[in-house]
Amino acid sequence: MDFNAIRNLISRYCTGEENWVDSRTVYIGHREPPPGTEAYIPQRFPDNRIVSSKYTFWNFVPKNLFEQFRRIANFYFLIIFLVQLIIDTPTSPITSGLPLFFVITVTAIKQGYEDWLRHKADNAVNQCPVHIIQHGKVVRKQSHKLRVGDIVLVKEDETFPCDLILLSTSRDDGTCFVTTASLDGESSHKTYYAVQDTKSFNTEQELDTLRATIECEQPQPDLYKFVGRINIYQERDEPIARPLGSENVLLRGATLKNTEYVYAVAIYTGMETKMALNYQSKSQKRSAVEKSMNAFLIVYLCILLSKALINTVLKYVWQANPNRDEPWYNEKTESERQRHVLIRAFTDFLAFMVLFNYIIPVSMYVTVEMQKFLGSYFITWDEEMFDDEIGEGALVNTSDLNEELGQVEYIFTDKTGTLTENNMEFIECCVDGHVYVPHAICNGQILPGALGIDMIDSSPGPDGKEHEELFFRALCLCHTVQVKEEETVDGIKRGIHQGKGTSFYISSSPDEVALVEGMKRLGFTYLRLKDNHMEILNREDEIERFELLEVLNFDSVRRRMSVIVRSGTGELYLFCKGADSSIFPRVISGKVEQVRARVEHNAVEGLRTLCVAYKLLTFEEYQDICQLLETAKLALQERDKKLAEAYDAIERDFILLGATAVEDRLQDKAADTIESLHKAGMKVWVLTGDKMETAAATCYASKLFRRSTQILELTTKRTEEQNLHDVLFDLSRTVLRQHGSLTRDTFSGLSNEFQDYGLIIDGATLTAVMKPDQDGSTGNYKEIFLEICRNCSAVLCCRMAPLQKAQIVKLIKFSKEHPITLAIGDGANDVSMILEAHVGIGIMGKEGRQAARNSDYAIPKFKHLKKMLLVHGHYYYIRIAELVQYFFYKNVCFIFPQFLYQFFCGFSQQPLYDTAYLTLYNISFTSLPILLYSLIEQHINMDILKRDPSLYRDIAKNSLLRWRIFIYWTFLGVFDAVVFFFGAYFLFDNTTFTSNGQMFGNWTFGTLVFTVLVFTVTLKLALDTHYWTWINHFVIWGSLLFYVVFSLLWGGIIWPFLNYQRMYYVFMQMLSSGPAWLCIILLITVSLLPDVVKKVMCRALWPTTTERIQTKRKCLNVEQSTIFMLSQTSSSISF
Amino acid sequence: VMASGYSAKEEDGHHSGALGPAGGAAVRSRKPDNTAFKQQRLPAWQPILTAGTVLPAFFIIGLLFIPIGIGLYVTSNNIRELQIDYTGTESSSPCFACSQNYSWNMTTPCVCSVSFSLDQPFESNVFMYYGLSNFYQNHRRYVKSRDDSQLNGNLNSLKEPSKECEPYRTNDGKPIAPCGAIANSLFNDTLALYYNDPNGTETQIQLVKRGIAWWTDKHVKFRNPVGDDSNLTAIFQGTAKPVNWQKPVYELDSDPENNGFINEDLIVWMRTAALPTFRKLYRIIEKNSSTSPTLPRGNYTLKITYNYPVRSFEGRKRMILSTISWMGGKNPFLGIAYITVGSICFFLGVVLLIIHHKYGSRSSSADLTH
Repeated sequence: MDFNAIRNLISRYCTGEENWVDSRTVYIGHREPPPGTEAYIPQRFPDNRIVSSKYTFWNFVPKNLFEQFRRIANFYFLIIFLVQLIIDTPTSPITSGLPLFFVITVTAIKQGYEDWLRHKADNAVNQCPVHIIQHGKVVRKQSHKLRVGDIVLVKEDETFPCDLILLSTSRDDGTCFVTTASLDGESSHKTYYAVQDTKSFNTEQELDTLRATIECEQPQPDLYKFVGRINIYQERDEPIARPLGSENVLLRGATLKNTEYVYAVAIYTGMETKMALNYQSKSQKRSAVEKSMNAFLIVYLCILLSKALINTVLKYVWQANPNRDEPWYNEKTESERQRHVLIRAFTDFLAFMVLFNYIIPVSMYVTVEMQKFLGSYFITWDEEMFDDEIGEGALVNTSDLNEELGQVEYIFTDKTGTLTENNMEFIECCVDGHVYVPHAICNGQILPGALGIDMIDSSPGPDGKEHEELFFRALCLCHTVQVKEEETVDGIKRGIHQGKGTSFYISSSPDEVALVEGMKRLGFTYLRLKDNHMEILNREDEIERFELLEVLNFDSVRRRMSVIVRSGTGELYLFCKGADSSIFPRVISGKVEQVRARVEHNAVEGLRTLCVAYKLLTFEEYQDICQLLETAKLALQERDKKLAEAYDAIERDFILLGATAVEDRLQDKAADTIESLHKAGMKVWVLTGDKMETAAATCYASKLFRRSTQILELTTKRTEEQNLHDVLFDLSRTVLRQHGSLTRDTFSGLSNEFQDYGLIIDGATLTAVMKPDQDGSTGNYKEIFLEICRNCSAVLCCRMAPLQKAQIVKLIKFSKEHPITLAIGDGANDVSMILEAHVGIGIMGKEGRQAARNSDYAIPKFKHLKKMLLVHGHYYYIRIAELVQYFFYKNVCFIFPQFLYQFFCGFSQQPLYDTAYLTLYNISFTSLPILLYSLIEQHINMDILKRDPSLYRDIAKNSLLRWRIFIYWTFLGVFDAVVFFFGAYFLFDNTTFTSNGQMFGNWTFGTLVFTVLVFTVTLKLALDTHYWTWINHFVIWGSLLFYVVFSLLWGGIIWPFLNYQRMYYVFMQMLSSGPAWLCIILLITVSLLPDVVKKVMCRALWPTTTERIQTKRKCLNVEQSTIFMLSQTSSSISF
Repeated sequence: VMASGYSAKEEDGHHSGALGPAGGAAVRSRKPDNTAFKQQRLPAWQPILTAGTVLPAFFIIGLLFIPIGIGLYVTSNNIRELQIDYTGTESSSPCFACSQNYSWNMTTPCVCSVSFSLDQPFESNVFMYYGLSNFYQNHRRYVKSRDDSQLNGNLNSLKEPSKECEPYRTNDGKPIAPCGAIANSLFNDTLALYYNDPNGTETQIQLVKRGIAWWTDKHVKFRNPVGDDSNLTAIFQGTAKPVNWQKPVYELDSDPENNGFINEDLIVWMRTAALPTFRKLYRIIEKNSSTSPTLPRGNYTLKITYNYPVRSFEGRKRMILSTISWMGGKNPFLGIAYITVGSICFFLGVVLLIIHHKYGSRSSSADLTH
């Protein structure tokens, strides 16, 4: 498999733009060509196995260990452990070895389990059956056994198992329909063509006689590009060579539609398919918090090293006097004496390291892992993110990124299936200004719209009636919709009448389907195309037949299509429908103003509008048209241009009938969600493979673009007129002018009210922008582009290939502010950007579960993103931020007294605390309260967070883990440590504090410091807790109680397995002394005082938004608080 | 305005529609439980530290701490304490001679006496301490150089002391009992106190040597090894005395309850001090009659059998006489600290009160307009 990976890499980087760097020859059906033509060189290709797993059974242990020890922290603990094993250190190796072993094992088990799941998923894919033609028979095989050159039989609604060249289909014309929804997000049916010379090979036996080879380029990720050639050998003849293009290639992941079966030959398999190449390797994502944590870790490592170094140096300075180094009462052993001074110094240095190593606690990593793992359950448990329709709630695939959800700055969203429901619906039509809204329930009933324009004349006269029917007929006729019959037994008519199940419309454009279906609801049902006659069932249940004479197909330049039909009565009609901009200029009569007003109104609503017009043709005119088209079609040169001219000549002088409005229904609350995300300070980009007009309409509907948004276009259309350079500079000038005035006024806090910009860019232009310039100024366009983007509140990227989506994400991710990005999508085409972004979210959509599987989090609907980010993300972030800061804080408190103690014990590495305390401090005395805090803390209520998205800005840019705050915590820790140590020092200072005159020793000293320490750090957390449930009470008071009980027990017995009994009765003796109690109370108070004062002062003088809202809520809820308390007590009883 | 109204209506329609078709039993079962914990809606008390809430706490702390501090300070001041440094490094010192010519294997002990007078009588029990300075009992090599199981009477450890005792583990091939640096350096000055009656007679003051060690140490942690023979000498047969000791461990005291490992002087010494300057309880002078003070005002003589060398590491030796209250010996630290902290809290309370009045109303009104 590694070989494959390398090969993939090579092929990915080597296949340049159009040129075939390398080609492969595929022998169809593995049959060698007739002798003499070409040497048969069987090439080796990978099998059709898809591998997404990371480990195999054999390499799991070494590879996993290697990866784990690549983490600085783990490696550091390993070193400490080894040092403890080798040299004589103040603490036993168990104190660090055991936790390390635990961490490594737990992580390995977790990762092993995850990989096992991946193996299972891979196996499921690899073992699903495919049909292969072998020796004229259909053979079932497992998917992963498929090889390049196999002929595959794919039936309707099956997904292609690998990349195939279409040989023949069940249709006579050698076409098939395919939906590539899971690849590029386009749900429409696309037509693919079989090779002309093989389309007659229609049965297994015939295919067995086919002798042909395919030469094609090595696999490359571009979905829309393919270059190849097929050589067909016939008896004794020269081989026929035919070019192959992307219209012949069926891609893995696409689904066969409306075609009974196809035969095709495999050319790219397994990890070489275009879909697999569009996957990005799963690299481990690290959250911003983890990065800060690592930075803090390095600071602490430096502190640790310098502490150890200072102590070592001081030790040797202090020991320069031999009577201090080795007084008569404390001699060294002979071997110690003989050791070289440098070795001694080095061992001392290491021993100091070990003594202070707790400042970087293993348990922090365990706690963080546990917090992430357990915390992520709150996402899966969330009832509000459960979707009844699909019966699933949110899924967490990687819990490593929980807190990153609270840091998102850029959101990249897919359109189809993510923002929209991915099904078109006919909303209304407008005939001469009368609005018709079909109603799903009362089928066919006309409901005049209640809005302004159509009230001009509400009762259409006889003339209006005629127009209305003509309009409906026009829509029933002017389309390329096919009727798909399913097992028609006795007539299509009944099937269509009875609605779904037996027959339905299909088309390459979902809009057309929506329109024809809409007409059905308004009473005119298109039945079928039979013998070149279109049949319509009208309102009176009569069948009308129109002869279809010409179809002037849709193209994106004209943006309209026309049909010429002859009615039953012999009249010739030309019906045309198209975008308003391409119809209105060609209209000579009709109620243009009313219709235009309605169209504009609908466009603002985000509906996709089309205008319909007609003209009556005389027979002569028709003949002229036929003539015109015929000559254009037969032209050998510039046929396209001539056709366009002909169309232009034909499609003019229309009479306007009306307009339609179709909606690609937005997902529930999509607009509200986007609005909230905007308010929370996030920038939302839409990346779609769809075409610009459609995408723009969706953007308007989802409030991404507002009516006031000024749209900047950076599209091929524009760059054709002007060169890219000028366009870019133009745009940036526009934007920057705005920006200049904006900075002046940002202080007033009204920046939202300013003119905002929306950018539209398409894939081709993006490639041009991203392409490195010849003259070396690579980043030039990129920088300008980024500058423009930064100043746009919303950006729409259309016509994007999957990898381009990832490129955009990458571009933003690595721009100079290094913002946190989030990508959300539902299809396989979104996988690459989901993997690229800091956080990838998959929608469990209709287009399969690929996105959900590859994402970090999967949610049922787009609207759930709001709660995911604003509530869960926010909570996770504040929780983990506190967790990290608190952990460092409590370990400074813990270790700094040890450091100070070295100055009073001759720098001898004497630990201040007993081994049990050293080991258990992080593991049990202070671990649970912070873990619980980091799981259930809510500084603000959930509902407020949801209601007020701007609170999200309070934590933006990793604000709780800034250096300033980190330093504050560290200094607080140092201050507390100094208080503990010197408090105890002055209490012990050459006096007794028992009432029986007996003295305490060094272990009592350490225990006193430790007791104050445990109480202080726990109470510090209690002061930080804003959400006291019964569990918090239980854990915080419980762990303090546990400390006391443990200490009583630990000192209460002579432990037979220990070789020292230094803690015997130390704790109890200490508690029997009154001044010790007073001292503990005093020191705890003094340690907590500065933090409380700081908090209260900051809240009173410079409150943040969060604090304001907290205070405000408190003011408003004074009366409710008593009720709160009551409910709390009652609930704690019930628990 | 129209647009937003429209979309709102649309959303409502969708919402109710979406809820409609669902509801099969199979679907329901996957739905997360609606428990308060899982939905993060546990009832909770949500306190916020504001100037208003913290104010009373500050005043209460202030009002509590200041009286406690005054009480502690007064108690500490009422304690009588007397320290006498008898190191003898200065030539004027009576112990100068003893401190100069010192060797471990001296046959005749060097005795010196220091005179002092008490201006005020010491009421109630008086505790006599010896104090050492610059003596690192908390040095790591020193602290761990002991064998607790030997001291607990384990016969195996008696014959085979722990490795930690090196280099004080064996002597001439015989295990040392008690082994280790701590035991080896047992403080062996003998202090005796004489009261010089104004009429010229010198009466020795009764010094009690029981009750100076922790009860638990004496009775549980430290035990003499028990053999076939009840005679300590026999049990310790085959062991060597610590190098610096003049007598073996079984001859420390004539009283069998205070001999061997359970000798209280040994036990006190074995509890290593926290800091390099420390004192250890040496003897107790018990109050005899309820009428006369334990140590009346007058002149006293301290007679020292000077054995313990401290000159090499620049140490000092002291004898301390102290009375004890409920809060122990003389230590003004706690009292002063309590008064200081109490005052600071009170002061902060006042500052917060001002802030609360000045800014508290402002910020809340700003909120309302916001």
